[in-house]
Amino acid sequence: MKEKTLKSAATVVVLAAVMMLGACHKKTAPPPPPPPPPPAASPTASISVSPDTVEKGQSATLTWQTSNATDVSIDGIGAVQPSGSQQVSPTDSATYHLTAKGAGGTQEATARLTVTQPPPPPAPSAPSVTEADLFAQSIKDIYFEYDKADLRGDQQASVQADAQFLNQHSGINFTIEGHCDERGSTEYNLALGDQRASAVKSALIAAGVNASRIKTISYGKEKPFCSESNEACWQQNRRGHFVYQK
Amino acid sequence: MLMRTYRTTILSYTVHFCPGSHNVSKGMDQINREAPHSAATGAYPKSVLNVLVLILLFAFSALPSAFAQDWVRTGSGLGVEKVRLAVPDFKAAADAQSGTLLKTFNDTFWSDLDNSGVVELVSKSFYPLQVPGQPAEITFGLWSSPPPNASMLAFGNLNVASGKVTVQGWLYDVKNTASPQVLGKQYSDVASDDAVRVIAHKFADEIIFRLGGGIPGIAESKIYFVSDRSGHKEIWVMDYDGTNQRQLTHLGSTSLSPRISPDGSRLAFSSLTKGGWDILMFSLDLNRTVSFPHFGGTNLSPAWSPDGTRLALSSSRGGHSEIYVCDASGANLHAMTTGRGLDVSPTWNRKTGAQIAFVDDSTRLPQIYTMEADGTNQQRMTDQGYAVDPNWSPNGQFLTMAWKRNYGPGEPGSRDIYLMDVASKQWVQLTHDGGAHDSPSWAPDGRHIVFQSNRTGKDELWMMLADGTKLHQLTFTGRNSQPNWSWK
Repeated sequence: MKEKTLKSAATVVVLAAVMMLGACHKKTAPPPPPPPPPPAASPTASISVSPDTVEKGQSATLTWQTSNATDVSIDGIGAVQPSGSQQVSPTDSATYHLTAKGAGGTQEATARLTVTQPPPPPAPSAPSVTEADLFAQSIKDIYFEYDKADLRGDQQASVQADAQFLNQHSGINFTIEGHCDERGSTEYNLALGDQRASAVKSALIAAGVNASRIKTISYGKEKPFCSESNEACWQQNRRGHFVYQK
Repeated sequence: MLMRTYRTTILSYTVHFCPGSHNVSKGMDQINREAPHSAATGAYPKSVLNVLVLILLFAFSALPSAFAQDWVRTGSGLGVEKVRLAVPDFKAAADAQSGTLLKTFNDTFWSDLDNSGVVELVSKSFYPLQVPGQPAEITFGLWSSPPPNASMLAFGNLNVASGKVTVQGWLYDVKNTASPQVLGKQYSDVASDDAVRVIAHKFADEIIFRLGGGIPGIAESKIYFVSDRSGHKEIWVMDYDGTNQRQLTHLGSTSLSPRISPDGSRLAFSSLTKGGWDILMFSLDLNRTVSFPHFGGTNLSPAWSPDGTRLALSSSRGGHSEIYVCDASGANLHAMTTGRGLDVSPTWNRKTGAQIAFVDDSTRLPQIYTMEADGTNQQRMTDQGYAVDPNWSPNGQFLTMAWKRNYGPGEPGSRDIYLMDVASKQWVQLTHDGGAHDSPSWAPDGRHIVFQSNRTGKDELWMMLADGTKLHQLTFTGRNSQPNWSWK
């Protein structure tokens, strides 16, 4: 048992010695083997962009350095000097990928430039977008009884809320669409839808909304919101529907 | 001989509405049975009474015209059966082109005569083996005695030569062997399917004119309608039998309520434009829309006066839907109605041009009213329910309309086509098979009505005789609605 342990320990030592010797041998004995000169130093590369975040339309400076490279290129720009700098102004965020190739190998480096969208120009489009959104969120359609065009009692609150919103946002013009359910005749329903749209318009005018802001159109039963044949669906279709017009 | 046939056929048509009234009373009986709490004991005598009243009223309502038409006063020929007409296939040479044209001719000709409602076609299984293609080939006895037992025989031949088709046709009174010929006609046209169909329509109309009391046949008439099969609701036109369908407008919007002018040259309709619902005018001669004024508001349901010089329509240009009348050019627009209810769907008395029927909902549910063409003397016609889409008959005597008499959740019945005698306000229900029926329109012969029905699950056009019989479907593609029959 002891003998075996000794034996294996000796083997390990011998092997280690051989390996070390071998390694030393290669390093310490340059003359005979390959004729080529000492291996070329591997290239180095670095790239940076300053500033690393710009607004769209502004430019940034891209700076790069390489050494031991014969062939330097940046994706999207092409072949460049081993070291240098350049102005860039991409429209979107971009990653600059530098590749330096030399006798000693290839080295890569990247730099990221973030392009931010400019803050929305304050004046024209911004408020209208929000007004349209507000309109969609705030305005309630007005629902009607079957074959009736007068405003139902439970719809008065909606009308008053709509009028209040519209009076607060006096720049909004809009269309009231009169809709009917699928029952009844085409021609009569178109006249009825017209009457419904007019009823909503009159109620808004009475609540102080300027008539010149309001257009009306009847769709009768031509453009239903819901196409099933049951009362829940029909009620959905009997309405004065508001559409934003700017 | 001809005069006699003329009289009896008109009479059989006039009394034809009485069987229709029997149907109504049957329908009422059924409703009463379904509602056991109603006075079922009173139902039967009541319905009998109704029938009697209807018969009497129809008789009386015919009286004013009796001075011009002696057949009503004498009452001769009441209960006379329709003329038994035998129509053996026309003969042709046995080449391929003749074969297809001949089949088109025979099918169209038979269908026209069958649809007319004025003759009883003798089943082909009763015909002798030898059918005539020329007058010389007739053996009268074989046709005038049973089994065919025909009074009249329509026969002829079709020949194709150098791109031309020639059809010779005869109508013979086979019981009058001494002087049998009632009609002999020859037609020539290019050898095409369409041309042969037109020839069949023309010859059928000649026969219907002679056997149908002097009222022109409708085989050459057209039906204008709305179809969504192009993806938008556009105006289409077809032959009266559903063949030859083609699209007229290509507006890419929603176009509704086509109404053809009495001379067939212009089509007024309502369309959704940038400015809202406008009346548009389409020229059949130019095949395009022509200018028509923009009135403002919602403008719907144009209707031609019978002389073609004026249009009635519904407009909300004053803030409220009212009936207006203007010249055919759109000039001189003026309101005919005022008041609380909305007014829509005008139709002129087609015989006199002196009255307009329309829909008004001032009593909440829409009802049919009539007024003089100057807006005076408004009369309510329908007593209950939901009544829309009136259309005045060519003889001025009847209105047809879509009516749901029992209106309300769970009430029995549906919206059906009805016929109403204008003078007496007595009515007859013409459709009974469930589904919603709308937009009835009279044929120029006053015997047929075309309408839309969703009985198959989607809106399609159907046609029937004005007593509710001979019901059949005309359209099958897409959704089709608001038919309007040409004036001739």
